[in-house]
Amino acid sequence: MATLYIDNKPYEVKAGKNLLETCLGLGLDLPYFCWHPSLGSVGACRQCAIKVFKDETDTRGRIVMACMEPVADKQRISIAHPDAVEFRANVIESLMTNHPHDCAVCDEGGSCHLQDMTVMSGHNYRRFRYNKRTFQNQDLGPFINHEMNRCITCYRCVRFYRDYAGGRDLNAFASRSNVYFGREEDGPLESEFSGNLAEICPTGVFTDKTLKEHYTRKWDLTMAPSVCQHCSLGCNTIAGERYGELRMIANRYNGEVNGYFLCDRGRFGYEFTNSDLRIRQPFISKFPVTKQQVLAEVATDIKKGKVIGIGSPRASLQSNFALKQLVGADRFFHGVSDNDHNIADLIVKILKEGPIRVASMHDVQQADAVLILGEDLTNTAPMLALAVRQAVKQQPMKKLAKANIPAWHDAAAKELLQDEKGPLFIASINTTKLDDVATATYHAAPDDIARFGFAIASCLDRSVPSVSNLPGELQSLAQRIADALSNAERPVIISGASSQTQSVIRAAANVAWALHKKNKNTGLAYTLAECNSMGLALMGGHRLNSAFDAVMNGHADTVIVMENDLYRHGKAADVDAFLNKAKKVIVFDHIVHRTVEKAHVVLPAGAFSESDGIVVNNEGRAQRYFQVYECHEPIQESWRWIVDISKFENNVGMGWEHFEGLTRTIAEAEPLLRDINRVSPPASYRIAGQKIPREPHRYSGRTAMLANINVSEPKPPVDPDSPLSYTMEGYKGLPPSSAIPFFWTPGWNSVQSVNKYQEEIGGSLKGGDPGIRLIEPNLKSTLSYFTELPEPFVPMKDHLWTVPLFHIFGSEELSVLGDAVAKRAPQHYIMINALDAAEQKLSENQELAFDVEGQLYRLPVKISTTLPKGLAGLPYGLPGLPNVELPAWLIYKK
Amino acid sequence: MSLVQKIIKRYPEGRHKSALLPILHVAQAEFGGWLSPETMDYVASILNIKPIEVYEVASFYSMYNLQPVGKCVLEVCQTGPCWLRGSDDIIQYISNKLGIQPGETSADGMFTLKVVECLASCGSAPMMQVGNNFIENLSVEKMDDVLKKLRETHNVPSPDYGSPYPVNKA
Repeated sequence: MATLYIDNKPYEVKAGKNLLETCLGLGLDLPYFCWHPSLGSVGACRQCAIKVFKDETDTRGRIVMACMEPVADKQRISIAHPDAVEFRANVIESLMTNHPHDCAVCDEGGSCHLQDMTVMSGHNYRRFRYNKRTFQNQDLGPFINHEMNRCITCYRCVRFYRDYAGGRDLNAFASRSNVYFGREEDGPLESEFSGNLAEICPTGVFTDKTLKEHYTRKWDLTMAPSVCQHCSLGCNTIAGERYGELRMIANRYNGEVNGYFLCDRGRFGYEFTNSDLRIRQPFISKFPVTKQQVLAEVATDIKKGKVIGIGSPRASLQSNFALKQLVGADRFFHGVSDNDHNIADLIVKILKEGPIRVASMHDVQQADAVLILGEDLTNTAPMLALAVRQAVKQQPMKKLAKANIPAWHDAAAKELLQDEKGPLFIASINTTKLDDVATATYHAAPDDIARFGFAIASCLDRSVPSVSNLPGELQSLAQRIADALSNAERPVIISGASSQTQSVIRAAANVAWALHKKNKNTGLAYTLAECNSMGLALMGGHRLNSAFDAVMNGHADTVIVMENDLYRHGKAADVDAFLNKAKKVIVFDHIVHRTVEKAHVVLPAGAFSESDGIVVNNEGRAQRYFQVYECHEPIQESWRWIVDISKFENNVGMGWEHFEGLTRTIAEAEPLLRDINRVSPPASYRIAGQKIPREPHRYSGRTAMLANINVSEPKPPVDPDSPLSYTMEGYKGLPPSSAIPFFWTPGWNSVQSVNKYQEEIGGSLKGGDPGIRLIEPNLKSTLSYFTELPEPFVPMKDHLWTVPLFHIFGSEELSVLGDAVAKRAPQHYIMINALDAAEQKLSENQELAFDVEGQLYRLPVKISTTLPKGLAGLPYGLPGLPNVELPAWLIYKK
Repeated sequence: MSLVQKIIKRYPEGRHKSALLPILHVAQAEFGGWLSPETMDYVASILNIKPIEVYEVASFYSMYNLQPVGKCVLEVCQTGPCWLRGSDDIIQYISNKLGIQPGETSADGMFTLKVVECLASCGSAPMMQVGNNFIENLSVEKMDDVLKKLRETHNVPSPDYGSPYPVNKA
């Protein structure tokens, strides 16, 4: 600790940080542009100038940039000194000389860091009377809008895009007042993290193009804390609504999970909630009916029929549990393929019974050696790939301490480290986008990846069964990896469900456990398929094929499918037979898909933005998403439909009415979920007797927005499920960390106001990061190593071992239904190795007919030199591409 | 090309991108005094880097011309000392005389006018650079003479366009 005198007032602060983050952390206002807590300091914009004094007697002091100056004990600085104030006013005036002052038509207006800083620095009269420089803008694809004239050249965009996220196609061109940030030519930004430019850019150069489609100022949005639904990582988001439709997803800081960023699938995937495919009313035999009619129908079906329920990995714990309770635990089935089911169970077992604490994304970022087994993270869990990209900087950063350079001093650190990379090893099926920062890569069939993992584990601990007949160079690579992991302070092993192969997951556990014997700081992380795969696995339920059997054998005749397209989880022929055999198929969902089309009864469920629910991420962290806006009648959460049905049926109900009662019931009934009560504050929670407003206090149009329907203002809806109100009235201070609907503090209208919500800059939110971890390791674990070593993969004549290939844009069911993400999704294809292509005399894009597990395909060929010989890659989950359980053998059809 | 290879060899393995600046000078001299997108793409292919990495560097420095230039490139300094000694008038005079704005080339393809920052000859301000030569202590009165002389000496394109890496045309 150090004592710092700011304007003659003493503060106890942490030593080692820079003065800017220290001042901001103390809640003081100091303007800045080029600095960002994730990017460090470069001292380029000169906006955070302050005065530093030698001692008490020094009255003149000297001007320094706060972001470039470390805290020193007994240091005396001044933010308010007239010289510093004048300096900052001059800097902002010169930065603004070319700015077009087009706030009124700028998407950033009202949540603009440049506006805030200009006001804070006191620049309010323009003296520059010459022409401003003007630029031509570029079309940067469906996600990001480009308006270069607004640029103040802080360089944050390229520092994020290139240095932080590893993008290559956004650059700074030209010099002086002509600096231009853009691509070499028009075209979509290639990085999967381009959406963050909208938040990183302090002005309106890069803005959210999907928001532009239905633009609303930040102050006019109704917002609520939400959780991303598009992969298993559970990034925290803010979802904003106006006029009954979801209009924007922004980052919601969580120090343990997503930090300051989101991937483009998470940010732009929300458009599906406004899609034409939304189910907006109940249907019986494809005819629209009223709520009463459908309730009567379903209640009768349930009374008469032998009912089973099929849950979903993309539905909340609440909805899944409500269904389980309705049909009975022994009649509740997980709506995932048996392979997915087994993999999820295996992962839960490893994490619960093993000795290793699951690594959060923050832990992965801090890791100084990483091994990835079988995952293409950029496409299956994109934000984890971004975390790995930061991890490779950790080992070289150790040099900084020796050179007496603080870690936040980005300019000096870059100079010293010269792009040096720490150990990252990737064993994957095909090339991944992280290969450019990897120390070594190995591309092989899933079983070979598993064998390789076993070999690494065996190098670490001789009691792990060794792998015989591994090629010499692989054996030495395994040894090299084992050495690098052993030498690390905080190694992390990452694997997951996407290779669809249990042996890969076991191999990763073996490596982590062997390493853990030497180093207790070892981390282990698995990715799963969907946003609540982990929650579903923790809840318990039967396998999907047993549900199929139950109906085929006549043990059941009425099926309730909840928020699940079975065609994504089972083979088309099986699902067809199952749905045809069932006497009654009742589906709850918010979006039309093939299962909905086969249903007799359809009930409109709320999408995540219209629902309250808890989902559990890959780390075992239970997180709540709040309803952003009242659903349009008769849409409601699946769990609310279920309570309505039960009330209709017997007038007793389920024993609970609202979110809280339901959550309490789950906590009591499900031993692995008993802590979910603590995820969010109760509905009765009040601060100073007030609710937490979903709307900023500047919200406008409440009286006018519905005047075309009724001139008298409707009574605002009441939320029985949370301490959040649907209006702008309520407590204006900081809400509890798990219930932050938007970031705003006086003078800080942009997302940069998050600084004021944190314990310390870049640390956890005040009151702790949101979410409750449900899985804690068994430190006394006596679990022994897995010994099931798979056989080496041997290519088969006229066959190809087909594995799923994932795409960030396209493989996820919901996001691809939005326009922007759909534009980035690939066409259907089948990828094969160049040698196999030559053998079969196939050329690029030539159509190949083949059969996988009885499913026929006819797809254009994509030839790869990196996919191992004997393998074929089938894109996973693309719309219109029939699902089949992989990996499996493909047979050529003539 | 052997010159290019020699330049690349100066830098350690894996750091060959550092050779970009000198190679761009060579390329500019070789390909008519300016860097077309094709030329820059070619340089990128030599260094095995992305074209965009060449564009960002080439567009930063005023020494690289991204538009075709005339036979004689006038680079008039406009930084403080030269400006105090009347560089504005010199630029204005050339502009009027040749009918071109800074950055443009005269219709006869003879002169290109550029305004540049300090060329480290403040003692003899105002001044300009033409190819590898400084023309110092300029004044509006002298300009007619200077231009006339340049028209004679630079009637053939200068073989190196001011490149610090002279190219010997056989």
